[in-house]
Order: sequence, then structure tokens, then C-alpha cells
Amino acid sequence: MNPLLPFEWILATRFMREGLMQTLLIISGVALGVSVIVFISALISGLQSNLFRRTLDYQAQIVIRPPEEIARTLHTEGDVDWATLVQPRAQRLRSVDQWQTVRKLLEKMPEVVVVAPVVAGAGFVLRGNADKAVNMTGIEPESYLRLIALQAQMVAGSAELGSDDILIGTELGNSLGVGLGDKLILQTASKASATLTVSGIFDFGNKGINERSVYVALRTAQSLLNLPGGATSIELNVVKPFDAEIVAQSISAQTGLDVQSWIVLNAQFFSALQAQSMSNFIIRFFVGLTAALGIASVLVVSVVQKSKEIGILRATGTTRGQILRLFLLQGAVMGCLGSLVGSAAGWAFLMAWRGIAKNANGTPLFVIEFDPMLFLWAALGATLVGTLAAVFPARTAAKLDPAVAIRG
Amino acid sequence: MAEPQTLRLEGIRKAYGVGTKAATEVLHGIDLDIQRGEFTALIGPSGSGKSTLLNLIGLLDRPTSGRLFITGVEAAKLDDAALTRLRATAVGFVFQFHNLLPAFTAQENVMLPLLAARGRPDAVMQERAASLIAAVGLTQWAGHLANDLSGGQQQRVAIARALIMQPALVLADEPTGNLDTQSADGVFDLLRQVNRDSGTSFLIVTHDPRLAQRCDRIIELVDGKIASDRPNKVESAKET
Repeated sequence: MNPLLPFEWILATRFMREGLMQTLLIISGVALGVSVIVFISALISGLQSNLFRRTLDYQAQIVIRPPEEIARTLHTEGDVDWATLVQPRAQRLRSVDQWQTVRKLLEKMPEVVVVAPVVAGAGFVLRGNADKAVNMTGIEPESYLRLIALQAQMVAGSAELGSDDILIGTELGNSLGVGLGDKLILQTASKASATLTVSGIFDFGNKGINERSVYVALRTAQSLLNLPGGATSIELNVVKPFDAEIVAQSISAQTGLDVQSWIVLNAQFFSALQAQSMSNFIIRFFVGLTAALGIASVLVVSVVQKSKEIGILRATGTTRGQILRLFLLQGAVMGCLGSLVGSAAGWAFLMAWRGIAKNANGTPLFVIEFDPMLFLWAALGATLVGTLAAVFPARTAAKLDPAVAIRG
Repeated sequence: MAEPQTLRLEGIRKAYGVGTKAATEVLHGIDLDIQRGEFTALIGPSGSGKSTLLNLIGLLDRPTSGRLFITGVEAAKLDDAALTRLRATAVGFVFQFHNLLPAFTAQENVMLPLLAARGRPDAVMQERAASLIAAVGLTQWAGHLANDLSGGQQQRVAIARALIMQPALVLADEPTGNLDTQSADGVFDLLRQVNRDSGTSFLIVTHDPRLAQRCDRIIELVDGKIASDRPNKVESAKET
């Protein structure tokens, strides 16, 4: 007997070794459940963070715009409204009022990572006889490139643009026949125009974006769109993307501006993420339940099989509490061992899966997110589930009447 | 009174199914004293209530009415945990069947009551178990699993286990009922020897009149009442 082990541990390990077949079977059962949980969780969280990254790589988490202009009715006298038909106003391009002050305010907030002013508007790019309608985005490279992973999407040149530079998409470059270093004319509806040099070509993997988006320097866009010193929106990223809506609401409350988070702007995507998380949770719940029922049934049988031994133990001075702990311990140990084996097996599945599921070009089909904490939680969870599953059998064992148990 | 009586029963009654129509009283008022060092046989036909009485004395069950004192402590006043402690320290058990835990060795089985009481194994415990194993003549079997021992050897281990807490009273329910005559004699001799050496009181339930004749006192239970309670002169020739 190991002198370091308490009484209940000694008994629990002996009992489990005695019913080795049962013990191994249930540990395998728990292991299978845990490996499924580990595998599915890693797969789903990999999938989610992949989708998440793809979504947030191309858009800011919070966008601040000037409040919409509202057509106000004429004053009301008594019960009579003077204007009975109110048309919504056409929204003209406006700057966020006092955006520099707002920016300073935002940069002081601890939740905010980066703030970038943006001037966005419509325009045409012209080359020879060809012209294309584009969405022009005026950016401040030093802040905007931290906000959006633009640099990572460049296929030629650099995203660090100067005031005479323009970034275009691959499709636009092809259709206009321009490459790096070529010149383009960017014109707006008000006939303001500038001649710019293509300093970079990007590929967002989306034909529409590649064909219709151009990036210029903030000042260039300001002068083209006739908004000197203005910014049509302020975009920012926060420390915790899933808290973006909360931060957005607090900014809105502080500034009175129109503040929207990616969560609202991508409501559908966000609810898809949540549905996935929910299905992951449901899978975990039922696998956990199955493992718990397995452990409980093995222990119920064990209590019946060992009722005479429990009777002898009780008759020779073992307390009800000790018997209770003895069976709780068996549940916990089975859960814990099962989860260790299961984590290892789940890890092996993941590795194998990563080797098998590949795209045509050899890159992994699924990005598998590998969180060591997942194993820790699986182990803790399985131990807890094992202990809870043992509560009923353990109570049954503790309540056994020793006189009856010995007689059998 | 210098020393409390080992066992004292006053008007013990035990009924099963109390409160139902099928309520039956098994013991109808038992009065009994057992002094320190007494070696007593409890005999009687099947269904006379011997085992019920033994369970009550062994604190495995509570009487319906009456008072029960073990080493002067009144059992009715104790809660379940205290009752378990009293049972562990004051009473040792030897049963007819299923005495030992098969997953443990002979010596470990002997240690179990002490281990349950102290929580962790230690060297003193090992020594005490080893010396008891030696006293019942099983030193070379100490490391064997309980199931590898013969019936007689298992009963000897059970006796050693019953003694490890140095109880005032050892209760033996047909301790030799499962053994052949030769093993039965050996086990019985061992009980007598322990009784002589340690002064532990014994109460032995037996069907075997031959064994009962070798006890100092014979109590006969019939239909839940003590029918006779007489001292018995042991013939020294039979004793060895």
C-alpha cells in the first residue's frame, strides 16, 4: 500500500483494478466522447476564427458616421401640422463634425486599438477612352493599414501610398490595361480630377471589390470630394471584437454620432457564428451526458457487485462518508483518465485530419485552431462529469444497510 | 464499578415492518450482560433471532425499544458517525461468508479497520497487522490475495482483522460453519487462545453443539426469547 495515498484512494484504485474490464471499457467510452468533443471543438473554432478573420480583415470593427440629416417639419400650432407630407432628405456627403477631436477622444479609450479617419466617395478612373466607376477610399496609411490587413492583400507594389499614388484591384488593372507605375486619372462627379500613379495592386479574392475599389491618400480624397480637412467616417478596431457593439453604444452615447459595429453590420454572419457555437455546445452537452450515463451505469453495477464488500467495510468501521467518497472518487478518476486518453486521441485525429483534408494546392482545407486550454477544460469537465455521475451510485452505496449487505 | 460491563442489554425488542400490517416482532425483550473476558456461545434454532440479536449488538442495526450499552456507552444516544466509530473501536466481527475483500492481501485485509480509522497507512499499522497475521499463523501467506487462501485461512485472517482495533467484544457469526472439521477446530482453538491471551470477550453464534460445549457460557435463544442461560464447565481435555 502506498503510504502517500489516503484510505479512499487505496480502495478506489483496488476496486477499479479488480473490475479492470469494466473500468477500461468505461474509460474508452469517456475517451471516445472527449476525443469527439476535442475534434469538433477544434474544427469549429478553427472554422469560426477563419471566417471571422476573413470578415474582419476587410472591414473595421466600428464605423462612425455623421448623423443622418433629417427633414424637420414646420412648427406646429395647436393640433394643426403645417406640413402634412414630409420627404426624407437626400443625404449629401458630409464630414464627421470635429472628427479630430472625436479621434483624440477615441484614442484615449482603453478598449480601442486603432482609429483611422476615412474619406470615401464615388468617382471614375479614366485612361484613354476607357472609364470605370469606382468607390474611392481616402486613407491615412499609418493608421488605416493597422486597421485593415491591406498590405497582406497586395500582389504588386506597396500599400504605403503617397498623395499622388493610387492602389487598384487586379480586375480594374486588367480591364484598364494598367500596371504598377502607370498613371490614371481619378475624377469625381463634380469634375475635380487628379492624375495618380499606380503604386500598388491588391487582390481581395473578390471580383467586385477588385474591380470597384481604389485607395488614395486621405488628402487626395478630401480635395477630390471637396471636403477639405474632413473625414466621412472614422473607423476603429477594439481589443475584443465581440465587445464591439458595447463599445459602439458607449461611443454613440458620448458623441451623439452614428456609430455602428461589425456585429450589427454583419448581423447574418454573426448569427451564423452563434448558431455554430450553439451546435457545438449541443454536441458537447450530449456527448458529456452520454459519458456521464456510462460512468453512472458502470458504478451502479459496481455498487451491486460490491455490496457485500461495502457491508464488510461498514461493519469494520468505514464511515458512510468514506464509502461515498470512495465511489465519487472512482467516477472522478474514470472521467479524468478517460479525458486524458480522449485528448490524446482527439489530438491524433486532428493531426490525421489535417494531413488528409487538403485543398487542390496542398494548403489545409480547414484551419484547425489548437487551443491547449481546450484539453485542460476537457479534463476538468470530464472529471466533474465523472464525479457528478457517481453521486447517485455513491449515495446508494453509502446508504447500504451493512446488516443486509453482509447477509446478501 | 471499576470497569464497565462489556455488553449490557435491557429489554431489547426488535420488530420489522413497524407501522404496517405485516409488522412482526423478532426479539421480545432480551436482557443480557456479558463481562470482560467471557467466552459465550449463542445457540438456537433457525429463525430464533440469533442473527438479529448479533446485528443489534454489533451496532449494525438499532433496536425498536430497549437499551443497549457497549463498554458502558449507550448506543441509542449516538448519531450514525459516532455509532460507526464505536463499532470500529469496540466491536470486532467474524462472519461466516464473504469475510474478506478479495482485491486485498491477507495483511491488507487485517489493516483495513485501522486504515479506515486513521485515513492513511503507516508503519505502525503494518507492524501491528503483521504481528496479528503471525499470531494466527499465516506469516507466509501475508502477501497473498484473500481469494488465494483456503476457507480456514480466510477465517484466521478475519479473526486477526477483528482484533486489530483491540475491541472489547468480538462477535462471530458461525465462524466455522463453512469449514471442515479439522479447520473448524483450528479456528476455534485460535478464538479461545486469543480470549485467554487478551481478555477479549467473545460471543459466538453457532449451530454446532460440539463447539458450544467448548464455551464458558451457553445462551439459548428460542422464538426471540432467552430460553436458557447457563455456565458451562469446559472439559480441559477437549480444549486442546
